[in-house]
Amino acid sequence: MSPAVLAATTFEGPAVQWFALLPLLILVGGGLVLMVVAALVPRGWPKGGYAVVTATLAGAAMVMSVFNWRDVQDHGAQSLVGGAIALDGFSVFITVVICAAVIMTALIADDFLRREGQDGCELYALMLMAAAGGIVMGSANDLIVLFLGLETLSIALYVMAASNPKRLQSQESAIKYFILGGFSSAFFLYGVALVYGATGSTSLPKIMDFLATTNLLNERLLLAGMALLMVGFGFKVAAAPFHIWVPDVYQGAPTPVTSFMASVGKVAAFAALLRVFVVALGQYESDWRPLLWVLAVLTLLVGSVLAVVQTDVKRMLAYSSISHAGFILVGVQAANAKGVAGSLFYLLTYAFLVAGTFAVVTVVVGPGDSQTGLDAFRGLARRRPSLALALTVLLLAQAGVPLTAGFDAKFEVIVAAVDAKSYVLAVIAMLCSVIAAFVYLRITVSMYSTDGEVPAKRLRVPIGAATAVTIAVTFTLVVGFFPSNLIDLARDAVPVIVSGS
Amino acid sequence: MAGSTFPILSALIVTPGVGAVVVALLPKQRPQLVKPVALLVTLATAALTVYLLVDFKTGAAGFQDVTKHSWIGSLGISWHLGVDGISLFLVVLTGILFPIALLAADPPHDAKSYTAWILLLEAGVLGSFLSLDLFLFFVFFEIVLVPMYFLIGGWGYDNRVYASLKFFLFTMAGSAVMLVGIFTTVALHANETGTVTFDVVEIATSQSISQNAARWLFLAFALAFAVKVPLIPLHTWLPDAHTQAPTAGSVLLAGVLLKLGSYGFLRFGLYLFPEASHYFAPLFLTLGTIGIIYGAICACMQRDLKRLVAYSSVAHMGFIVLGTFAFTMQSVTGGVLQMVNHGVSTGALFILVGFISERRHTREISALKGLQAVAPIFAAVFIVVAFSSIGLPGLNGFVGEFLVLIGSFLTARWWTVVAAGGVILAALYLLWAVQRVFMGEPDEANRSFKELTLREGLVMAPLLALIVFCGVYPKPLIDRIEPSVKELVTHVEKYAGFELPVTPTPGAKG
Repeated sequence: MSPAVLAATTFEGPAVQWFALLPLLILVGGGLVLMVVAALVPRGWPKGGYAVVTATLAGAAMVMSVFNWRDVQDHGAQSLVGGAIALDGFSVFITVVICAAVIMTALIADDFLRREGQDGCELYALMLMAAAGGIVMGSANDLIVLFLGLETLSIALYVMAASNPKRLQSQESAIKYFILGGFSSAFFLYGVALVYGATGSTSLPKIMDFLATTNLLNERLLLAGMALLMVGFGFKVAAAPFHIWVPDVYQGAPTPVTSFMASVGKVAAFAALLRVFVVALGQYESDWRPLLWVLAVLTLLVGSVLAVVQTDVKRMLAYSSISHAGFILVGVQAANAKGVAGSLFYLLTYAFLVAGTFAVVTVVVGPGDSQTGLDAFRGLARRRPSLALALTVLLLAQAGVPLTAGFDAKFEVIVAAVDAKSYVLAVIAMLCSVIAAFVYLRITVSMYSTDGEVPAKRLRVPIGAATAVTIAVTFTLVVGFFPSNLIDLARDAVPVIVSGS
Repeated sequence: MAGSTFPILSALIVTPGVGAVVVALLPKQRPQLVKPVALLVTLATAALTVYLLVDFKTGAAGFQDVTKHSWIGSLGISWHLGVDGISLFLVVLTGILFPIALLAADPPHDAKSYTAWILLLEAGVLGSFLSLDLFLFFVFFEIVLVPMYFLIGGWGYDNRVYASLKFFLFTMAGSAVMLVGIFTTVALHANETGTVTFDVVEIATSQSISQNAARWLFLAFALAFAVKVPLIPLHTWLPDAHTQAPTAGSVLLAGVLLKLGSYGFLRFGLYLFPEASHYFAPLFLTLGTIGIIYGAICACMQRDLKRLVAYSSVAHMGFIVLGTFAFTMQSVTGGVLQMVNHGVSTGALFILVGFISERRHTREISALKGLQAVAPIFAAVFIVVAFSSIGLPGLNGFVGEFLVLIGSFLTARWWTVVAAGGVILAALYLLWAVQRVFMGEPDEANRSFKELTLREGLVMAPLLALIVFCGVYPKPLIDRIEPSVKELVTHVEKYAGFELPVTPTPGAKG
């Protein structure tokens, strides 16, 4: 290459808006620094030190997001780093939810890791990385960037699932997750390729512009691409029939990791699904909505019906997470502003509910995650009344009982579905929630059951888990009674596609 | 009431709600505090309901003491309460039955949470009767489930887990469909009028929803209420729930919870969807009539005294549905009266059955014999209550049933003819039960049956007084119920496009 050519094509990178990217940078940088420092100073960390650092980092990222939120609300949405990342109310909202989930998981993981004799920092570093990946997924403005986020999240999750070296199930679940996850990534990537082939770009704004201005003579390529994308997302959000991995992985993975997977994994995947389909491919709504309708119904049915026949609490909660995914799909399927807001609100609520529930489960199942059967919960009300009461509130919220946040979440997505005239879907969803309620009641019943002997040993509740449960229950009740502000906030968190600068 | 600024309706809901929290927070070392505090709370609530009754403007049809505060502003949801002649006596009944139910039976264990659940239940029930906002109503309607579920599941008899789950799932399935119905109602109303609101009065008076949609919506609401009442194919949860529930649970279930269904038909069925209720009236008349006959036949065949009373509930609630869907002044007024009467007399019956099972640890009719010889006062009280349930003139059951039958005869003749047979069957199963339990020579096991104690007598006294008062002089009740019923019937007439046949006599006032 001659020097003249070099001079003519001086590479000029895109402008980087460092401040707006701070939440991401804090999480990634913090994770790396935590890893390095922990390696250099292997001993002498105070009890719970890693967890506190992780929670602080996530908290800092959350605070930075608040600045971003105000910026977006005042000056409108923008795109960052040459149109790779979108900064809109939606992405900020997702960032906050993911950070909250990180804090909750860190609180649960703290005592869990010590109990399992592996007080290492890897899990926390991975958690921060995964969270960064999730945020990238939620704010990606380009399918390739989205894929990067997806892989960052997924790879971290594979390792986290395997993070308990003493338990064979943990390894097994990681392998299952890894193989199936690899497949789904391939599907997703192939979908990206086909959409690129059909529209000539991977950038969401360009795809949207192209579809708005061009009348495709042959839609087959695009439709095939959309179908493949749907498969990829379906796997990540655990929608039936792509849910097969969920029960095994949720059951096998260390309980705090399960909680993380269920909250962050789902939030990120749904965020990406909403942005890609509802916003970028909104033009083709009439093609993908029936598909989502079927997915939603299948997911609701599979999640609620199969949860009934489980005897293992972690598997029950795995299926219940599937049925929750079905509910969120009801909101996505509505494909309107209310649907997006409803899904966001549901995701936020679900993140807290699931973290609180798994915090209790972590405490109850005992060392080695061994006692995951329903029997472990028998008589919990007599061993630890407050813990049983907290779990009751959280389970009732998951069942959708009024005056809990879970009800408001269901309320929001059903309103959206009714608005979009999907009456049948709304009825099916509500009936499935009745079936799912049976599962939550089963756990509650066994907690309050008075048959059998009372185990003499009082259950020890570590401070971290206790804090997480308290936060979750408080959130559930406060939002249950006064949902107004949060609903408005979710409505302001609109995804906007801004073309690259 | 105009001029009075005290938000009495909010206070009615908040008092037991706060009471529940207070009881739950009482220190575990002082279990003796639970009962006095709970009694204080329920009596205060009862006093408030009585005040509401005294303060009520007789002869006015509309809602009184209306309170409205925005709750979720962006969705048009508000804390909107009001009372009219239809809900007034249900509220008073609730206020009176709760302290009685608390006094009637002590829980075998864990009195604190038991009492807290009962108080929460009272808040939920009162909230459901007073709500004028669809969302608020739904919230209370669902909240009621949770304490009842725990009461049956935690303090019931042997098969309580099954019964409580069945109760919860049946009712929740019904209300799941209603929830979608509520949202659709609001969405369609917003489409037509441009305002998003959950306000019952506004939606009912504007009648903006198209005929076909309204019919579907009516069915969605009706399903929830039909489970609650319960109407025939959906009634199977009731005998189980009643049989397994602790005494207080059965009393409250029969006394007030079932009324949520029949009240729901009036307030949210007829009022919101008058045309659709008229369209579907034959269906509900038939189901109600089948309920009367079927419930009575089932009651005849029960061996368990409590199950017998439970099936008699099915029959009595059938009369209420019959009256509701006959759309005449007398029949609907009679239905409302019957709700109150059924609450009093069936509640009393369940309390007495509870006393029997406390003493004998069995409710098998065949195991009981000749109780009159050893406990004459107990027997007398039981027989008076049974007579009231049968509908003997001079006692309260007669007035409601009579009004329902005479009113329904005008518009639903053949259904009424069949339903009247239910009155005879009621006499059959109750008198037969009385005969088997109280008459004859007591055998060894029944000879030591204890007489009614003073405490039990005090529990029964207000109920007996009500039974006699409402039977002899129901005018004060009818005077307050009638204006609201009249407005409702006119509302249905206006939108359903049918005319009532001319009433031959002005009803059985007094």
